[in-house]
Amino acid sequence: MIHSFTKFKEKLMNYFFLLVATTSISILAMITLFLFKEGLPIFEKVGIKAFIFGNYWYPTADPAHFGIFPLIIGSVSVTLISALISIPLGVMTAIYLSEIASSRLREIVKPVVELLASLPSVVIGFFGMVIVAPFLQDHFNIATGLNMFNAAIMLAFMSIPTICTISEDALYSVPASLKEASLALGATSFETIVKVTLPAALSGISTAIILGLSRAIGETMVVLMVAGGAAMVPGSIFDPVRPLPGSIAAEMAEAPYRGDHYYALFAIGIVLFIFTFCFNIIADYLSNKYRQTGDATL
Amino acid sequence: MKASHMTQTPKITAHNLNFYYGKVKALDSISIDFNLNQVTALIGPSGCGKSTFLRCLNRMNDLITGIRVEGEIKIDDQDIYAPAVDVVNLRRRIGMVFQKPNPFPKTIFENVAYGLKVNGVTDKNLIAERVEKSIRQAALWEEVKERLHDSALGLSGGQQQRLCIARALAVEPEVLLMDEPCSALDPIATQKIEELIHTLKETYTIIIVTHNMQQAARTSDVTAFFYMGKLIEAGETDTIFTKPAKRRTEEYITGRFG
Repeated sequence: MIHSFTKFKEKLMNYFFLLVATTSISILAMITLFLFKEGLPIFEKVGIKAFIFGNYWYPTADPAHFGIFPLIIGSVSVTLISALISIPLGVMTAIYLSEIASSRLREIVKPVVELLASLPSVVIGFFGMVIVAPFLQDHFNIATGLNMFNAAIMLAFMSIPTICTISEDALYSVPASLKEASLALGATSFETIVKVTLPAALSGISTAIILGLSRAIGETMVVLMVAGGAAMVPGSIFDPVRPLPGSIAAEMAEAPYRGDHYYALFAIGIVLFIFTFCFNIIADYLSNKYRQTGDATL
Repeated sequence: MKASHMTQTPKITAHNLNFYYGKVKALDSISIDFNLNQVTALIGPSGCGKSTFLRCLNRMNDLITGIRVEGEIKIDDQDIYAPAVDVVNLRRRIGMVFQKPNPFPKTIFENVAYGLKVNGVTDKNLIAERVEKSIRQAALWEEVKERLHDSALGLSGGQQQRLCIARALAVEPEVLLMDEPCSALDPIATQKIEELIHTLKETYTIIIVTHNMQQAARTSDVTAFFYMGKLIEAGETDTIFTKPAKRRTEEYITGRFG
Protein backbone atom coordinates (compact mmCIF):
# COMPACT_ATOMS: atom_id res chain seq x y z
CA MET A 1 0.00 0.00 0.00
CA ILE A 2 2.64 2.47 1.14
CA HIS A 3 4.92 1.19 -1.53
CA SER A 4 2.47 1.85 -4.35
CA PHE A 5 1.79 5.33 -2.98
CA THR A 6 5.50 6.17 -3.15
CA LYS A 7 5.55 4.85 -6.68
CA PHE A 8 2.57 7.01 -7.56
CA LYS A 9 4.29 10.08 -6.12
CA GLU A 10 7.41 9.31 -8.13
CA LYS A 11 5.36 9.06 -11.30
CA LEU A 12 3.54 12.28 -10.53
CA MET A 13 6.85 14.09 -10.10
CA ASN A 14 8.09 12.70 -13.39
CA TYR A 15 4.98 13.95 -15.21
CA PHE A 16 5.21 17.31 -13.51
CA PHE A 17 8.76 17.87 -14.72
CA LEU A 18 7.88 16.57 -18.16
CA LEU A 19 5.05 19.12 -18.30
CA VAL A 20 7.29 22.00 -17.23
CA ALA A 21 9.96 21.03 -19.73
CA THR A 22 7.53 20.62 -22.63
CA THR A 23 5.84 23.92 -21.79
CA SER A 24 8.98 26.01 -22.16
CA ILE A 25 10.14 24.10 -25.22
CA SER A 26 6.74 24.30 -26.94
CA ILE A 27 6.48 28.03 -26.26
CA LEU A 28 9.85 28.49 -27.98
CA ALA A 29 8.65 26.32 -30.84
CA MET A 30 5.48 28.37 -31.16
CA ILE A 31 7.41 31.63 -31.28
CA THR A 32 9.54 30.21 -34.08
CA LEU A 33 6.43 29.03 -35.94
CA PHE A 34 4.84 32.44 -35.49
CA LEU A 35 8.00 34.11 -36.79
CA PHE A 36 7.86 32.06 -39.98
CA LYS A 37 4.09 32.38 -40.35
CA GLU A 38 4.25 36.17 -40.17
CA GLY A 39 7.44 36.52 -42.20
CA LEU A 40 7.00 34.16 -45.14
CA PRO A 41 4.01 35.98 -46.83
CA ILE A 42 6.33 38.77 -47.98
CA PHE A 43 7.98 36.33 -50.37
CA GLU A 44 4.75 36.18 -52.36
CA LYS A 45 5.32 39.85 -53.21
CA VAL A 46 9.13 39.89 -53.37
CA GLY A 47 11.35 36.98 -54.39
CA ILE A 48 13.76 35.67 -51.79
CA LYS A 49 16.69 36.76 -53.93
CA ALA A 50 15.28 40.27 -54.43
CA PHE A 51 14.55 40.50 -50.72
CA ILE A 52 18.02 39.52 -49.59
CA PHE A 53 20.07 41.14 -52.32
CA GLY A 54 17.82 44.11 -53.09
CA ASN A 55 19.67 47.36 -52.61
CA TYR A 56 16.75 49.55 -51.64
CA TRP A 57 14.85 49.47 -48.39
CA TYR A 58 11.95 51.90 -48.89
CA PRO A 59 9.11 50.10 -47.12
CA THR A 60 6.78 53.10 -47.00
CA ALA A 61 7.41 54.51 -50.48
CA ASP A 62 5.03 53.98 -53.35
CA PRO A 63 5.83 51.54 -54.85
CA ALA A 64 7.56 50.08 -51.77
CA HIS A 65 11.02 48.50 -52.04
CA PHE A 66 11.89 45.63 -49.75
CA GLY A 67 15.59 44.97 -50.32
CA ILE A 68 17.42 44.23 -47.09
CA PHE A 69 20.94 43.95 -48.50
CA PRO A 70 22.03 47.28 -46.92
CA LEU A 71 20.68 46.08 -43.57
CA ILE A 72 22.52 42.76 -43.80
CA ILE A 73 25.72 44.56 -44.77
CA GLY A 74 25.12 46.94 -41.87
CA SER A 75 24.79 44.08 -39.40
CA VAL A 76 27.69 42.05 -40.76
CA SER A 77 30.10 44.97 -41.03
CA VAL A 78 29.29 46.34 -37.57
CA THR A 79 29.77 42.85 -36.12
CA LEU A 80 33.03 42.30 -38.00
CA ILE A 81 34.55 45.59 -36.89
CA SER A 82 33.45 45.00 -33.34
CA ALA A 83 35.02 41.52 -33.56
CA LEU A 84 38.31 43.10 -34.64
CA ILE A 85 38.23 45.07 -31.41
CA SER A 86 36.66 42.59 -29.01
CA ILE A 87 38.50 39.37 -29.91
CA PRO A 88 42.07 40.61 -29.34
CA LEU A 89 41.11 42.63 -26.27
CA GLY A 90 38.98 39.87 -24.76
CA VAL A 91 41.35 36.98 -25.43
CA MET A 92 44.47 38.89 -24.38
CA THR A 93 42.82 40.03 -21.18
CA ALA A 94 41.90 36.41 -20.54
CA ILE A 95 45.51 35.31 -21.13
CA TYR A 96 46.75 38.00 -18.76
CA LEU A 97 44.27 37.06 -16.05
CA SER A 98 44.78 33.32 -16.23
CA GLU A 99 48.48 33.01 -17.03
CA ILE A 100 50.28 36.14 -15.93
CA ALA A 101 48.41 38.03 -13.22
CA SER A 102 48.89 37.05 -9.59
CA SER A 103 46.01 35.11 -8.12
CA ARG A 104 45.09 38.08 -5.90
CA LEU A 105 44.81 40.44 -8.85
CA ARG A 106 42.87 37.81 -10.79
CA GLU A 107 40.35 37.51 -8.01
CA ILE A 108 39.73 41.25 -8.10
CA VAL A 109 39.76 41.86 -11.85
CA LYS A 110 37.72 38.89 -13.04
CA PRO A 111 34.51 39.82 -11.17
CA VAL A 112 34.92 43.39 -12.40
CA VAL A 113 35.05 42.20 -16.03
CA GLU A 114 32.02 40.00 -15.38
CA LEU A 115 30.23 42.97 -13.89
CA LEU A 116 30.68 44.81 -17.20
CA ALA A 117 28.42 42.18 -18.75
CA SER A 118 25.61 43.28 -16.49
CA LEU A 119 25.59 46.87 -17.76
CA PRO A 120 22.20 47.36 -19.45
CA SER A 121 22.66 47.86 -23.19
CA VAL A 122 20.67 51.08 -23.06
CA VAL A 123 23.34 52.52 -20.75
CA ILE A 124 26.06 51.53 -23.19
CA GLY A 125 24.01 53.05 -26.02
CA PHE A 126 23.55 56.24 -24.05
CA PHE A 127 27.29 56.43 -23.37
CA GLY A 128 27.91 56.02 -27.11
CA MET A 129 25.45 58.81 -27.91
CA VAL A 130 26.60 61.45 -25.46
CA ILE A 131 30.33 60.72 -25.09
CA VAL A 132 31.66 58.76 -28.05
CA ALA A 133 29.59 60.37 -30.82
CA PRO A 134 30.64 63.99 -30.08
CA PHE A 135 34.23 62.80 -29.63
CA LEU A 136 34.26 61.13 -33.06
CA GLN A 137 32.60 64.13 -34.66
CA ASP A 138 35.17 66.54 -33.22
CA HIS A 139 38.28 64.48 -33.84
CA PHE A 140 37.62 62.84 -37.19
CA ASN A 141 35.88 65.71 -38.91
CA ILE A 142 32.83 63.69 -39.94
CA ALA A 143 29.19 64.60 -40.39
CA THR A 144 27.81 62.45 -37.62
CA GLY A 145 29.31 60.59 -34.70
CA LEU A 146 26.39 58.18 -34.78
CA ASN A 147 27.85 55.68 -37.21
CA MET A 148 29.14 52.20 -37.83
CA PHE A 149 32.42 52.76 -35.99
CA ASN A 150 30.69 54.06 -32.88
CA ALA A 151 28.28 51.12 -32.88
CA ALA A 152 31.18 48.68 -33.39
CA ILE A 153 33.04 50.08 -30.37
CA MET A 154 29.96 49.89 -28.17
CA LEU A 155 29.16 46.35 -29.32
CA ALA A 156 32.78 45.35 -28.72
CA PHE A 157 32.48 46.50 -25.12
CA MET A 158 29.33 44.44 -24.81
CA SER A 159 31.01 41.27 -26.09
CA ILE A 160 34.37 41.65 -24.30
CA PRO A 161 33.07 40.40 -20.93
CA THR A 162 31.60 37.28 -22.56
CA ILE A 163 34.71 36.58 -24.62
CA CYS A 164 37.05 37.32 -21.73
CA THR A 165 35.40 35.31 -18.99
CA ILE A 166 34.67 32.19 -21.06
CA SER A 167 38.19 32.25 -22.57
CA GLU A 168 39.66 32.73 -19.13
CA ASP A 169 37.78 29.71 -17.82
CA ALA A 170 39.05 27.67 -20.76
CA LEU A 171 42.67 28.75 -20.28
CA TYR A 172 42.53 28.30 -16.54
CA SER A 173 41.27 24.74 -16.88
CA VAL A 174 44.20 23.66 -19.05
CA PRO A 175 45.91 21.13 -16.77
CA ALA A 176 48.97 22.46 -14.96
CA SER A 177 50.76 19.24 -15.92
CA LEU A 178 50.81 20.33 -19.58
CA LYS A 179 52.33 23.70 -18.73
CA GLU A 180 54.88 22.01 -16.47
CA ALA A 181 55.80 19.56 -19.23
CA SER A 182 56.44 22.46 -21.57
CA LEU A 183 58.48 24.48 -19.07
CA ALA A 184 60.49 21.40 -18.10
CA LEU A 185 61.59 21.06 -21.73
CA GLY A 186 63.12 24.52 -21.65
CA ALA A 187 60.24 26.48 -23.15
CA THR A 188 59.79 30.06 -21.91
CA SER A 189 56.47 30.95 -20.32
CA PHE A 190 55.54 32.90 -23.47
CA GLU A 191 56.22 29.86 -25.68
CA THR A 192 54.23 27.74 -23.27
CA ILE A 193 51.23 30.07 -23.52
CA VAL A 194 51.34 30.29 -27.32
CA LYS A 195 52.19 26.67 -28.14
CA VAL A 196 50.58 24.65 -25.37
CA THR A 197 48.04 26.55 -23.29
CA LEU A 198 46.29 28.43 -26.12
CA PRO A 199 45.93 25.39 -28.43
CA ALA A 200 44.66 23.28 -25.53
CA ALA A 201 42.07 25.93 -24.71
CA LEU A 202 41.12 26.56 -28.33
CA SER A 203 37.71 24.93 -28.10
CA GLY A 204 36.67 27.08 -25.15
CA ILE A 205 38.11 30.22 -26.72
CA SER A 206 36.29 29.69 -30.04
CA THR A 207 33.06 29.10 -28.17
CA ALA A 208 33.69 32.31 -26.23
CA ILE A 209 34.27 34.27 -29.43
CA ILE A 210 31.16 32.95 -31.18
CA LEU A 211 28.97 33.58 -28.15
CA GLY A 212 30.41 37.09 -27.84
CA LEU A 213 29.77 37.78 -31.53
CA SER A 214 26.27 36.36 -31.49
CA ARG A 215 25.54 38.75 -28.66
CA ALA A 216 26.81 41.58 -30.87
CA ILE A 217 24.86 40.62 -34.00
CA GLY A 218 21.57 40.25 -32.15
CA GLU A 219 21.97 43.39 -30.07
CA THR A 220 19.21 45.91 -30.77
CA MET A 221 19.24 48.82 -28.38
CA VAL A 222 22.83 49.89 -28.90
CA VAL A 223 22.66 49.86 -32.71
CA LEU A 224 19.30 51.61 -32.63
CA MET A 225 20.85 54.39 -30.55
CA VAL A 226 24.30 54.86 -32.07
CA ALA A 227 24.53 53.25 -35.54
CA GLY A 228 22.94 56.21 -37.27
CA GLY A 229 20.07 54.33 -38.92
CA ALA A 230 20.72 54.99 -42.62
CA ALA A 231 19.54 52.04 -44.72
CA MET A 232 22.38 52.16 -47.24
CA VAL A 233 25.49 50.15 -47.98
CA PRO A 234 28.25 52.02 -46.10
CA GLY A 235 31.24 53.41 -47.99
CA SER A 236 33.47 53.96 -44.97
CA ILE A 237 33.51 52.94 -41.32
CA PHE A 238 32.30 56.42 -40.43
CA ASP A 239 29.07 56.07 -42.43
CA PRO A 240 25.81 55.55 -40.58
CA VAL A 241 24.26 52.10 -40.99
CA ARG A 242 21.01 50.37 -40.10
CA PRO A 243 21.59 46.83 -38.84
CA LEU A 244 18.79 44.21 -38.95
CA PRO A 245 17.62 44.30 -35.31
CA GLY A 246 17.57 48.11 -35.29
CA SER A 247 15.28 48.18 -38.35
CA ILE A 248 12.75 45.86 -36.74
CA ALA A 249 12.69 47.82 -33.51
CA ALA A 250 12.47 51.20 -35.21
CA GLU A 251 9.75 50.32 -37.73
CA MET A 252 7.53 47.76 -36.08
CA ALA A 253 5.36 50.33 -34.35
CA GLU A 254 4.58 52.12 -37.63
CA ALA A 255 4.05 49.10 -39.83
CA PRO A 256 0.34 48.43 -40.52
CA TYR A 257 -0.78 45.09 -39.05
CA ARG A 258 -0.43 42.29 -41.59
CA GLY A 259 0.64 44.70 -44.30
CA ASP A 260 3.63 44.09 -46.56
CA HIS A 261 5.90 46.15 -44.35
CA TYR A 262 4.82 44.10 -41.33
CA TYR A 263 5.55 40.83 -43.16
CA ALA A 264 8.90 42.18 -44.34
CA LEU A 265 9.94 43.04 -40.79
CA PHE A 266 9.15 39.51 -39.67
CA ALA A 267 11.15 38.20 -42.63
CA ILE A 268 14.06 40.29 -41.35
CA GLY A 269 13.50 38.48 -38.05
CA ILE A 270 13.83 35.16 -39.90
CA VAL A 271 17.12 36.25 -41.47
CA LEU A 272 18.43 37.36 -38.08
CA PHE A 273 17.28 34.10 -36.55
CA ILE A 274 19.19 32.17 -39.21
CA PHE A 275 22.30 34.24 -38.49
CA THR A 276 22.28 33.60 -34.74
CA PHE A 277 21.26 29.98 -35.30
CA CYS A 278 24.32 29.48 -37.50
CA PHE A 279 26.55 31.14 -34.90
CA ASN A 280 25.32 28.72 -32.28
CA ILE A 281 25.77 25.71 -34.57
CA ILE A 282 29.34 26.83 -35.28
CA ALA A 283 30.01 27.36 -31.57
CA ASP A 284 28.70 23.90 -30.83
CA TYR A 285 30.73 22.34 -33.65
CA LEU A 286 33.94 24.08 -32.58
CA SER A 287 33.56 23.16 -28.96
CA ASN A 288 33.23 19.52 -29.95
CA LYS A 289 35.91 19.53 -32.60
CA TYR A 290 38.75 20.82 -30.46
CA ARG A 291 37.61 19.11 -27.30
CA GLN A 292 40.61 18.28 -25.16
CA THR A 293 39.76 16.08 -22.26
CA GLY A 294 42.15 17.58 -19.77
CA ASP A 295 44.82 15.23 -18.50
CA ALA A 296 45.93 12.37 -20.65
CA THR A 297 43.79 9.39 -19.82
CA LEU A 298 45.13 5.98 -19.07
CA MET B 1 78.72 -3.54 -11.82
CA LYS B 2 78.30 -0.90 -9.20
CA ALA B 3 81.12 1.47 -8.53
CA SER B 4 81.21 3.02 -5.10
CA HIS B 5 79.40 6.32 -5.26
CA MET B 6 81.96 7.90 -2.96
CA THR B 7 84.80 7.67 -5.44
CA GLN B 8 83.05 9.08 -8.52
CA THR B 9 82.77 12.66 -9.67
CA PRO B 10 79.49 14.17 -8.58
CA LYS B 11 77.28 15.62 -11.35
CA ILE B 12 74.95 17.34 -8.91
CA THR B 13 75.73 18.42 -5.38
CA ALA B 14 73.16 19.67 -2.90
CA HIS B 15 74.59 21.34 0.17
CA ASN B 16 72.58 22.30 3.27
CA LEU B 17 69.42 22.80 1.24
CA ASN B 18 66.42 24.21 3.12
CA PHE B 19 63.10 24.68 1.41
CA TYR B 20 60.04 26.53 2.68
CA TYR B 21 56.43 26.63 1.49
CA GLY B 22 55.49 29.92 3.13
CA LYS B 23 56.43 29.32 6.76
CA VAL B 24 56.43 25.53 6.51
CA LYS B 25 59.90 24.04 6.27
CA ALA B 26 59.57 21.19 3.79
CA LEU B 27 63.26 20.30 3.44
CA ASP B 28 65.76 20.51 6.26
CA SER B 29 69.47 20.86 5.43
CA ILE B 30 69.71 18.25 2.71
CA SER B 31 73.23 17.44 1.54
CA ILE B 32 73.74 14.78 -1.10
CA ASP B 33 75.78 14.10 -4.23
CA PHE B 34 74.51 12.53 -7.43
CA ASN B 35 77.09 10.83 -9.57
CA LEU B 36 77.47 10.77 -13.31
CA ASN B 37 75.82 7.81 -15.09
CA GLN B 38 74.23 6.46 -11.98
CA VAL B 39 70.63 5.95 -11.01
CA THR B 40 69.72 7.36 -7.63
CA ALA B 41 66.38 6.42 -6.08
CA LEU B 42 64.73 8.79 -3.62
CA ILE B 43 62.43 6.85 -1.30
CA GLY B 44 60.34 7.70 1.76
CA PRO B 45 56.74 7.93 2.91
CA SER B 46 54.30 10.42 1.34
CA GLY B 47 55.00 14.00 2.32
CA CYS B 48 58.63 13.30 3.24
CA GLY B 49 59.91 15.89 0.77
CA LYS B 50 61.39 13.64 -1.90
CA SER B 51 59.31 15.11 -4.73
CA THR B 52 59.87 18.64 -3.45
CA PHE B 53 63.59 17.95 -3.46
CA LEU B 54 63.44 16.56 -7.00
CA ARG B 55 61.63 19.66 -8.18
CA CYS B 56 64.32 21.85 -6.64
CA LEU B 57 66.84 20.31 -9.02
CA ASN B 58 65.27 21.84 -12.16
CA ARG B 59 63.73 24.76 -10.26
CA MET B 60 60.20 23.58 -11.07
CA ASN B 61 59.21 24.80 -7.62
CA ASP B 62 59.76 28.36 -8.86
CA LEU B 63 56.26 28.15 -10.33
CA ILE B 64 54.72 28.08 -6.86
CA THR B 65 54.30 31.43 -5.13
CA GLY B 66 55.58 31.89 -1.62
CA ILE B 67 58.46 29.43 -1.69
CA ARG B 68 61.96 30.07 -0.39
CA VAL B 69 65.20 28.17 -0.97
CA GLU B 70 68.32 28.34 1.20
CA GLY B 71 71.61 26.55 0.72
CA GLU B 72 72.95 25.55 -2.67
CA ILE B 73 72.57 23.08 -5.49
CA LYS B 74 75.44 22.85 -7.92
CA ILE B 75 75.45 21.19 -11.30
CA ASP B 76 78.96 20.81 -12.68
CA ASP B 77 80.05 23.29 -9.99
CA GLN B 78 77.57 25.94 -11.11
CA ASP B 79 75.07 27.10 -8.49
CA ILE B 80 71.63 26.77 -10.12
CA TYR B 81 70.01 29.24 -7.73
CA ALA B 82 72.55 31.98 -8.52
CA PRO B 83 70.83 35.13 -9.84
CA ALA B 84 72.64 34.97 -13.18
CA VAL B 85 71.33 31.49 -14.00
CA ASP B 86 68.97 31.22 -16.96
CA VAL B 87 66.18 28.92 -15.72
CA VAL B 88 65.02 28.10 -19.25
CA ASN B 89 68.49 26.88 -20.18
CA LEU B 90 68.78 24.98 -16.90
CA ARG B 91 65.56 23.11 -17.56
CA ARG B 92 66.76 22.17 -21.00
CA ARG B 93 69.82 20.56 -19.42
CA ILE B 94 67.76 18.74 -16.79
CA GLY B 95 64.90 16.76 -18.26
CA MET B 96 61.89 15.71 -16.26
CA VAL B 97 59.33 12.92 -16.47
CA PHE B 98 56.20 13.37 -14.37
CA GLN B 99 54.06 11.17 -12.22
CA LYS B 100 51.15 10.96 -14.64
CA PRO B 101 51.82 10.74 -18.37
CA ASN B 102 51.22 14.25 -19.69
CA PRO B 103 51.61 14.26 -23.47
CA PHE B 104 50.53 17.43 -25.25
CA PRO B 105 47.28 17.16 -27.23
CA LYS B 106 49.37 17.05 -30.40
CA THR B 107 50.64 14.27 -32.66
CA ILE B 108 53.24 11.78 -31.44
CA PHE B 109 55.83 13.42 -33.67
CA GLU B 110 54.96 16.94 -32.53
CA ASN B 111 55.20 15.91 -28.88
CA VAL B 112 58.80 14.82 -29.30
CA ALA B 113 59.71 17.65 -31.67
CA TYR B 114 58.29 20.29 -29.30
CA GLY B 115 61.38 20.60 -27.09
CA LEU B 116 63.64 20.93 -30.13
CA LYS B 117 61.47 23.60 -31.69
CA VAL B 118 61.26 25.76 -28.59
CA ASN B 119 65.01 25.45 -28.28
CA GLY B 120 65.50 26.93 -31.71
CA VAL B 121 66.11 23.85 -33.89
CA THR B 122 64.59 24.59 -37.31
CA ASP B 123 66.30 22.06 -39.57
CA LYS B 124 63.50 19.67 -40.51
CA ASN B 125 65.83 16.73 -41.22
CA LEU B 126 67.61 17.17 -37.93
CA ILE B 127 64.27 17.31 -36.09
CA ALA B 128 63.02 14.14 -37.80
CA GLU B 129 66.31 12.40 -37.03
CA ARG B 130 66.27 13.37 -33.35
CA VAL B 131 62.58 12.47 -32.98
CA GLU B 132 63.25 8.97 -34.31
CA LYS B 133 66.37 8.56 -32.17
CA SER B 134 64.56 9.64 -28.99
CA ILE B 135 61.56 7.42 -29.62
CA ARG B 136 63.92 4.49 -30.25
CA GLN B 137 65.81 5.28 -27.05
CA ALA B 138 62.51 5.22 -25.20
CA ALA B 139 61.82 1.75 -26.66
CA LEU B 140 58.63 2.95 -28.32
CA TRP B 141 59.62 3.10 -31.98
CA GLU B 142 58.29 -0.27 -33.10
CA GLU B 143 54.89 0.50 -31.58
CA VAL B 144 54.39 3.97 -33.05
CA LYS B 145 56.48 4.21 -36.25
CA GLU B 146 53.38 3.65 -38.40
CA ARG B 147 51.36 6.38 -36.72
CA LEU B 148 53.74 9.19 -35.84
CA HIS B 149 51.21 11.72 -37.05
CA ASP B 150 48.29 10.44 -34.98
CA SER B 151 47.33 12.08 -31.72
CA ALA B 152 49.44 11.10 -28.76
CA LEU B 153 46.28 10.88 -26.69
CA GLY B 154 45.36 7.67 -28.52
CA LEU B 155 48.31 5.79 -26.97
CA SER B 156 47.98 3.59 -23.90
CA GLY B 157 49.15 4.90 -20.53
CA GLY B 158 52.44 3.01 -20.68
CA GLN B 159 53.10 4.18 -24.24
CA GLN B 160 52.25 7.75 -23.27
CA GLN B 161 54.76 7.62 -20.44
CA ARG B 162 57.47 6.30 -22.75
CA LEU B 163 56.54 9.06 -25.18
CA CYS B 164 57.05 11.57 -22.36
CA ILE B 165 60.47 10.03 -21.75
CA ALA B 166 61.26 10.31 -25.47
CA ARG B 167 60.12 13.93 -25.37
CA ALA B 168 62.46 14.63 -22.48
CA LEU B 169 65.37 12.84 -24.21
CA ALA B 170 64.93 14.71 -27.49
CA VAL B 171 66.50 17.89 -26.15
CA GLU B 172 69.53 15.82 -25.04
CA PRO B 173 69.54 16.70 -21.36
CA GLU B 174 72.40 15.78 -19.07
CA VAL B 175 70.26 14.70 -16.16
CA LEU B 176 66.87 12.98 -16.13
CA LEU B 177 64.54 13.52 -13.18
CA MET B 178 61.70 11.04 -12.83
CA ASP B 179 58.91 11.71 -10.38
CA GLU B 180 57.25 8.36 -9.68
CA PRO B 181 57.14 7.62 -13.41
CA CYS B 182 55.40 4.27 -12.99
CA SER B 183 52.83 5.11 -10.35
CA ALA B 184 50.02 5.28 -12.91
CA LEU B 185 51.11 2.26 -14.94
CA ASP B 186 50.38 -1.46 -14.98
CA PRO B 187 53.14 -4.02 -14.18
CA ILE B 188 54.03 -4.71 -17.80
CA ALA B 189 54.40 -1.04 -18.66
CA THR B 190 56.35 -0.58 -15.42
CA GLN B 191 58.76 -3.33 -16.40
CA LYS B 192 59.37 -1.66 -19.76
CA ILE B 193 60.15 1.66 -18.10
CA GLU B 194 62.49 -0.02 -15.64
CA GLU B 195 64.38 -1.75 -18.44
CA LEU B 196 64.56 1.60 -20.13
CA ILE B 197 66.05 3.27 -17.04
CA HIS B 198 68.70 0.59 -17.05
CA THR B 199 69.75 1.39 -20.63
CA LEU B 200 69.49 5.13 -20.22
CA LYS B 201 71.93 5.36 -17.36
CA GLU B 202 74.79 4.72 -19.76
CA THR B 203 74.17 8.17 -21.16
CA TYR B 204 72.34 10.06 -18.42
CA THR B 205 72.48 10.77 -14.74
CA ILE B 206 69.10 9.65 -13.45
CA ILE B 207 67.29 10.57 -10.26
CA ILE B 208 64.04 8.75 -9.65
CA VAL B 209 61.44 9.25 -6.95
CA THR B 210 59.57 6.06 -6.18
CA HIS B 211 57.11 4.63 -3.70
CA ASN B 212 57.93 1.14 -4.77
CA MET B 213 60.74 -0.50 -2.75
CA GLN B 214 61.27 -3.26 -5.30
CA GLN B 215 61.58 -0.67 -8.02
CA ALA B 216 64.21 1.23 -6.06
CA ALA B 217 66.08 -2.02 -5.41
CA ARG B 218 65.86 -3.13 -9.04
CA THR B 219 66.70 0.08 -10.82
CA SER B 220 69.04 2.15 -8.69
CA ASP B 221 72.72 2.18 -7.82
CA VAL B 222 72.28 4.54 -4.92
CA THR B 223 69.26 4.97 -2.66
CA ALA B 224 68.46 7.97 -0.49
CA PHE B 225 65.85 7.70 2.26
CA PHE B 226 63.88 10.84 3.15
CA TYR B 227 61.74 11.22 6.22
CA MET B 228 59.88 14.32 7.44
CA GLY B 229 61.90 16.68 5.25
CA LYS B 230 65.25 15.24 6.29
CA LEU B 231 67.65 12.99 4.45
CA ILE B 232 68.00 10.10 6.88
CA GLU B 233 70.59 8.16 4.96
CA ALA B 234 71.99 7.63 1.50
CA GLY B 235 74.24 4.92 0.22
CA GLU B 236 74.67 2.08 -2.23
CA THR B 237 71.34 0.44 -2.88
CA ASP B 238 72.62 -2.99 -1.83
CA THR B 239 73.77 -1.64 1.50
CA ILE B 240 70.64 0.40 2.16
CA PHE B 241 68.42 -2.62 1.49
CA THR B 242 70.50 -5.19 3.38
CA LYS B 243 72.34 -3.35 6.15
CA PRO B 244 70.87 0.13 6.61
CA ALA B 245 72.72 2.21 9.17
CA LYS B 246 69.64 3.90 10.66
CA ARG B 247 66.76 2.21 12.43
CA ARG B 248 64.19 4.43 10.60
CA THR B 249 65.46 3.28 7.23
CA GLU B 250 65.20 -0.34 8.19
CA GLU B 251 61.69 0.12 9.54
CA TYR B 252 60.55 1.80 6.33
CA ILE B 253 62.18 -0.68 3.99
CA THR B 254 60.79 -3.65 5.84
CA GLY B 255 57.35 -2.11 5.71
CA ARG B 256 56.87 -1.40 9.40
CA PHE B 257 55.61 2.12 8.62
CA GLY B 258 55.08 4.43 5.69
